[in-house]
Amino acid sequence: MSSLLSVKNMTVNFDTPRGSLEAVRNVDIEIPAGTSVGIVGESGSGKTVMCRAAMGLLQGSTVSRTGTVVFDGHELTAMTKEQVRELFGSGMAMIFQDPLTALNPVRRIGVQLSEGLRIRLGMSKSDAMARSKELLELVRIPNAAAVLKSFPYQLSGGMRQRVMIAIAIACNPKLLFADEPTTALDVTVQAQILQLLRELREDLKMSMVLVTHDLGVVAGNTDYVAVMYAGEVVEYAPTAKLFADMRMPYTEALLNSIPRVDHKPGTALTVIAGRLPDPTNRPSGCGFAPRCKYVQEKCHKEHPNLKTDPDGHVYRCWFPIGEAL
Amino acid sequence: MQKLSFWLQRVSQLLVVLLLVTFGVSLLIRIIPVDLATIVMPVADETQRAAFRASIGLDKGPIGYYLQWLGNFVHGDLGNIYYSGGTETVSGHLIKAMPRSLLLMSYTQIFALGVAIPLGVLSAYRAGRRADRVISNTLFIFSSIPGFAIGLILIIIVGTKFEWLPTLGYATFSEGIWEHFKHMIMPVLSLSLGLIAQYTRLLRADMIASLREDYVTMAMSKGLSDRRILWRHVFRPSSVTLFTSAALSMGGLIGGAIVIESIFATYGVGFEIFAAIGGRQYIMLQSCVAVIALFYVFFNLVVDIGSGFVDPRTRDRRANA
Repeated sequence: MSSLLSVKNMTVNFDTPRGSLEAVRNVDIEIPAGTSVGIVGESGSGKTVMCRAAMGLLQGSTVSRTGTVVFDGHELTAMTKEQVRELFGSGMAMIFQDPLTALNPVRRIGVQLSEGLRIRLGMSKSDAMARSKELLELVRIPNAAAVLKSFPYQLSGGMRQRVMIAIAIACNPKLLFADEPTTALDVTVQAQILQLLRELREDLKMSMVLVTHDLGVVAGNTDYVAVMYAGEVVEYAPTAKLFADMRMPYTEALLNSIPRVDHKPGTALTVIAGRLPDPTNRPSGCGFAPRCKYVQEKCHKEHPNLKTDPDGHVYRCWFPIGEAL
Repeated sequence: MQKLSFWLQRVSQLLVVLLLVTFGVSLLIRIIPVDLATIVMPVADETQRAAFRASIGLDKGPIGYYLQWLGNFVHGDLGNIYYSGGTETVSGHLIKAMPRSLLLMSYTQIFALGVAIPLGVLSAYRAGRRADRVISNTLFIFSSIPGFAIGLILIIIVGTKFEWLPTLGYATFSEGIWEHFKHMIMPVLSLSLGLIAQYTRLLRADMIASLREDYVTMAMSKGLSDRRILWRHVFRPSSVTLFTSAALSMGGLIGGAIVIESIFATYGVGFEIFAAIGGRQYIMLQSCVAVIALFYVFFNLVVDIGSGFVDPRTRDRRANA
C-alpha cells in the first residue's frame, strides 16, 4: 500500500532559556492512503508538535526541524514555505483541539469559512459564500445562513467544532489532521463529532491522523495506532492488533488507566505513577523505565531501539509484554 | 433596548465627569489669591471693580460663581478677554484657534498612526530579528527626546540653516494648500515622533501576543499568505489598545500642544492657553480647560463606540450587561 504521508527520522527542537528541548525525536510514521491513523499519548508526549511539524506549521527562530516529510509525492522538507502552502486546504488540513481559540474571535464564521475557498480555489465571493453554507449543512449545522453571520463566541462548543471541521474540509483535503478534536467537548457531543468525522472521511475519501490521549476514541475510529511517549513513537500496529496483543508496557499502563464501568464505586483509579522525563534532559536509558512495572537493569542503561515483529507490529522495548524474560 | 440603556448610562457618567472637572477648575480660579478685578482694571476705582466682579459672579460664593459661569458656557458665552483697551470674547479667539488645533491634531494622528501601524506589524512579525531591533532602538531614541527639543532641532536645521520650511506662523487653506502644509510639517513632526514610538510599542506587544494564538496556526493551515494573516487575522484583534490610546491622546493634543504651538507660533488652542496664563486671563483659562475637557470626554465616548466595532464581543457584553 502506498503512503500518503511519510515522515522519516523527524526531530523537532525548541530553543528555550533552559536549553534545547527535543519535543519530537527520530519519529518515523507512515499514513497509508485511505486509512485513519491514531496517535496516542499523554500530554507533553509530542503528538501535537509532531503533527504541526509534519505540516510545517511551526514557525519562529527558536524551532528547528530535521528529517524528511513526504506528502503525496511532494518532499515538504525540501520545499519553500510558499510551495508547501499551495498544498494546504486541498492537500492537507488540520482541525484543532479548542475551537474557541482556533477560530478568530473578531471575524464572522462566513468570512473565516469562505476565505480558504477564495484563496485556495479561486472562488468568487458569492460562490464561496454559497459553498460555505453548503459546508455548514454538510457538518449538520442547523440554520446555516444565520451561523454564517455569527461570531465564534455566539456558538456552542459543539457547533464551533463543527464549524472548524467545515473549514478544514472546505477544499476537500486528502489528509486531515485532527488534533484532539473532541477533548474540549462534552461526552455526548464527542460521540456526535466522531461520528461526523467518520462519515465525512468515507464520503470525501480522506485519510486522517487522529491525535488523542484517549485510547477509547482510537478504538472505533482508526485503522492503525501509533503510541507516543516522550517525543518518540514507542508502539505502532493495526488498531485491532494493538488492543488484542500489545507489546509495550506503556500502552498497557495507558489502557489500564481508563476508568471502567464495571469497577466498584470508590475503587481507586489506576494511574501511571511519576511523570514524563524532562525534555531538556532526557535519560540515557528507556524514557519510561522509572515508571514501568516490568523494569529491568538494562532499561535504565540503554535506550531501546525499535523492533519489528514479522507481522509488522513495531515497538520500542527491551522486554516487551508476552516475551519470556 | 438594553443597548440604549447602556449608552444612556455611559453618557450620563461622562456628563457627571464634565461637571466635576469644570467645577474643580472653577474652584481653582477662586482659590488663586489675586483679585481678578485689580488685574483686569488696574486704574479703575472700587465701584467700577465691584461692578465688574458682580458681572462675572465673583461677588457670589464658589457655587454661585460656578453656576453663573456654567449658565453662560452652555449658552455659548465663554467670557471675555480683558485688555487695557477693551474686551474680546473668548469664543471669538477659540473659533479662530480651534480649527488650527484640530488640523494640527488630525495631521499628527494620521501621520503617527500611518507610520506606527506598519512599523508595529513589521517588528512583531520579525520579533527578535534585525528589522525589529533596528525599529525598536531607533524609536527608543525618538521617545527619549522631548517634543519641544525635536521642534527646536528642526527649526535650527530645516528652518534656519537650509531654509526649507518656515519656522513660524500658520497659513490657512486660502493662502495655498502647499503653504498650509509647509507651516504644519515641523509642528506635526515634533508632536508625532514620541507618539510613533508609543504606538509602535503598543501594537508590537499586542501583535506578538496574538501571533501565539491558535487561530493564527489555523489561518496558516488554511494556506493563507503571511501578509494576509498579519493584516486580516492578527491586526484587528491586536489593535484595541492602540486605538484606545490614540483616541485618548486626541484630547491631550487639542490643548496639550501648548509648548509646540508656542514654539512655532501656530496660535491654536494650546497657544491661547499659554497666553491666558501669561496674561492672567483666568476666565479664558477656565473656559479653555472646559473646552478641552469636553474633547476628552467626547473621545472617550468614541473609544467606547469604536471598541465595539473592533471587537464584537464587547458589543454583546454591553447588550447583556
